[in-house]
Amino acid sequence: MLEINFGPQHPSTHGVFRMTVQLEGEKICGLKPVFGYLHRNHEQIAENLPYAAIMPYTDRLDYVNALANNFGYAITIEKLAGLDVPERAEYIRVIMAELARIVNHITVIGFMLNDLGAFFTPLLYAFRERERILDLFEEVTGSRLMNNYFRFGGVKRDLTDANLAAIRKIVTRFPAFLEEFENLLTKNEILCMRCQNIGILSAETATNAGITGPVLRASGVNYDIRKVDSYSIYNRFDFKVPLGQKGDVYDRYYVRILEIRESLKILDQALVKIPQGEIVNKKALPFLKMPRSFKPPVGEAYGRVESPKGELGFYVVSDGTPQPWRYHVRAPSLINLTVLEEMCLGQKIADAIIILGSIDIVLGETDR
Amino acid sequence: MTVFGWGVFKGMLVTFKNFATSYFRKPDEGGIFTVQYPEEREKTIENFRNFPFLVYDETPGKIRCVACGICERECPTKCIHIEMETDATGKPARRPAVFDIDYGLCMNCGMCEEVCPFDSIFMDHAFEVTAVPMSVNFNEVEIGTALTALDQKKTKVSAERAEGLVRHKEKLLKPNEYFQRIRPTLASAIDQKRKAAEEKKRAAMPLRHNAPDGPVPGRENADGQTQPSATQEPK
Repeated sequence: MLEINFGPQHPSTHGVFRMTVQLEGEKICGLKPVFGYLHRNHEQIAENLPYAAIMPYTDRLDYVNALANNFGYAITIEKLAGLDVPERAEYIRVIMAELARIVNHITVIGFMLNDLGAFFTPLLYAFRERERILDLFEEVTGSRLMNNYFRFGGVKRDLTDANLAAIRKIVTRFPAFLEEFENLLTKNEILCMRCQNIGILSAETATNAGITGPVLRASGVNYDIRKVDSYSIYNRFDFKVPLGQKGDVYDRYYVRILEIRESLKILDQALVKIPQGEIVNKKALPFLKMPRSFKPPVGEAYGRVESPKGELGFYVVSDGTPQPWRYHVRAPSLINLTVLEEMCLGQKIADAIIILGSIDIVLGETDR
Repeated sequence: MTVFGWGVFKGMLVTFKNFATSYFRKPDEGGIFTVQYPEEREKTIENFRNFPFLVYDETPGKIRCVACGICERECPTKCIHIEMETDATGKPARRPAVFDIDYGLCMNCGMCEEVCPFDSIFMDHAFEVTAVPMSVNFNEVEIGTALTALDQKKTKVSAERAEGLVRHKEKLLKPNEYFQRIRPTLASAIDQKRKAAEEKKRAAMPLRHNAPDGPVPGRENADGQTQPSATQEPK
């Protein structure tokens, strides 16, 4: 038996992450994920900050799609303080969150193919499209990745007509790109042979381990928080939840492609329906200028969103002071990582890398 | 059932098509969209935010900041340090004597810009900042001896280097024209707002004629929306 340390400085571990792999020949007979290298004391820092100042820190959790983190934190605090969100702001939130989902999914597919050995061609095609969305993010939020865009009871900046036109343009031309991307990949024999029947995660194991997001849906479990919880205004849109059959790496890849298509559907509807109006709740307006005077009543709240990686939950306990008494993040990456060993047992060592890639972890969120 | 290898062939067609069309398509339509960075630059997007800077109106003496310390207090990373200037009698002069921002700590969140009630601090577009002053030319220094050579430079240079990315008031101050240039929409909106506030204040002037403090040095214009806390020394 041979024991190998993958990482923490291995290009395929998507950050500073280590796997201790026990091998028999090329077969994996044991695997232990080791993480915590990127621990930045996120929760403790947050407990010493006013509520609004935590928002930019949530960007740094899952830095591939900061808007989903903003979304989760904002709806948690709104639940805690009992704030409503104006119609237009809700639509803007959904539009931005779905764009972030598209960014995340094409990025993860690109990097997964990099792990497979399809070096950079699919990744750069994906990045070409991602760049258009990031340019829009920069124009609207001020930053490409660390958006810090959501505010309690609304959003920071309104979408102008030019922004909406730009989003419409992105949405109309995205299907053509996806078509091309799928021509390149979906039926590719090499991809199929590498991915099909690899890293199978049964629906039973997935539900028992608390897996969420595309990884769970690839195993055929119909569970999407946008449908189950219908937070924000997701119940107004008509979209399907794509499901996989086997729960192998290929299904996880394909579910993500299908999810991009569903996100485009949501965007299509949201762009038509978006009303005029204010973007921040009037009650919350003074707190934009004076974040320290924002003191939610004593109590606790758990808010969750369907982040592209799974269920992203924030648990906040307030004691009536400007700072939260307890702040906890339920990070989907961390929990999805717990089944890595079960998926890898009996597979070849080269497959462990793509299985890890298909879970879609971000170490900023895993280690916090 | 298709022939085995058809998928790979189709994929290769896609890459070939992308390769060929990249030469004559427009950058936005799938052509070559990268730029040769230091020589070519993309247009900066107006709302882009990087590090904060301070706006002054006509001369650096007419700084908008009144050292109220709100940004210092609200900054999530605590990268701002302000000390208020006092006149000979020890009375606060409502202008900063010290205004330091540690760019090494700043995380570009834009909170200071949002909370500032005096439209004084804004996020800059300059992203090419260094911890080592530009006066040190690394091409002249051999790799490996770079640090020793740096240490041997004039004391001024090494003192600047020890400061790292801390920026002082002098470096942070930038004229309103610069602000107008980088973010025209926001800057002109703020100018209008300030002008309106000034006129309102002038209209209300006779009422405040007997105010005990008298005019504030360097801050005659536009403090229409001052807050009570603004006159106090932070901390």
